[in-house]
Amino acid sequence: MRLLISYVVGLIFGIGISISGMANPAKVLNFFDIAGTWDPSLIFVMGGALVTAFLGYRFVLRRPAPAFEDSFRVPTRRDLDLPLIGGSALFGIGWGIAGFCPGGSLPALGTGRSEVILFVAALLVGIFAAKFLQRYFKSAATRA
Amino acid sequence: METEFTLWQSLGGGVLIGAASVLLMATLGRIMGATGILAGLLSPEDAQDFKWRAAVLLGMISGPLAVMFVTGRLPEIQVPVSPLMLIIGGFIVGMGVTFGSGCTSGHGVCGMARLSSRSIVATLTFMLFTGVTVYVVRHVLGA
Repeated sequence: MRLLISYVVGLIFGIGISISGMANPAKVLNFFDIAGTWDPSLIFVMGGALVTAFLGYRFVLRRPAPAFEDSFRVPTRRDLDLPLIGGSALFGIGWGIAGFCPGGSLPALGTGRSEVILFVAALLVGIFAAKFLQRYFKSAATRA
Repeated sequence: METEFTLWQSLGGGVLIGAASVLLMATLGRIMGATGILAGLLSPEDAQDFKWRAAVLLGMISGPLAVMFVTGRLPEIQVPVSPLMLIIGGFIVGMGVTFGSGCTSGHGVCGMARLSSRSIVATLTFMLFTGVTVYVVRHVLGA
């Protein structure tokens, strides 16, 4: 049951990404190109997703627990640190160069397009590289 | 490259993305973030943890195929950048979302919907840097 629901969640997400235009780098990059071939569509993707999630979460998070688990697993940190801000800045630079974000590229794998596979392969290498650096910094910090 | 303004598809797609986030929270109590799901898949807590993440990923990949089943065509993907830019961009995105603990779905939708201060700062930061990067790439470097 948990796996079926997980699949359906991914499917709804994937259909949403597909029809919204988030899987299309030309559309994504045009949203940010206000000085050029601007396409405002992505405001409506963000707006539609945010309002739906905001209203839905109000209702869901008021309950004591999710349907199939003992508790909600939501981040509780509130501090603003350098990895958060620096990492987000890096993500923005990469997104601006390639036009794919992780949530846009993973469903796009379903099209089998070579550009998507190339991006996701580089994405995975980047994730591994960052995890390696995180472990390195952590062990360096404990040694110091 | 010009693209057509698609108000209703984009709004409808956005509502579906939000609905998927709410459904995952209501059932498994998890954040629907592409970065978190993928990162957890690479280093899962246990077999159970691996399975639900793999199922979400499989569902995501089925998305474009479901669209094709209904409309008869795959969703449009136009890539106006070079393969080298995809590789460099992909690598930087992977580093950035790992250090920054999230991306457009995790911070931009789920975190903002919870009014998380970290997610609001992360989203404003990456949106700003994406905009500046696109400006520099297209209008300064002329790529």
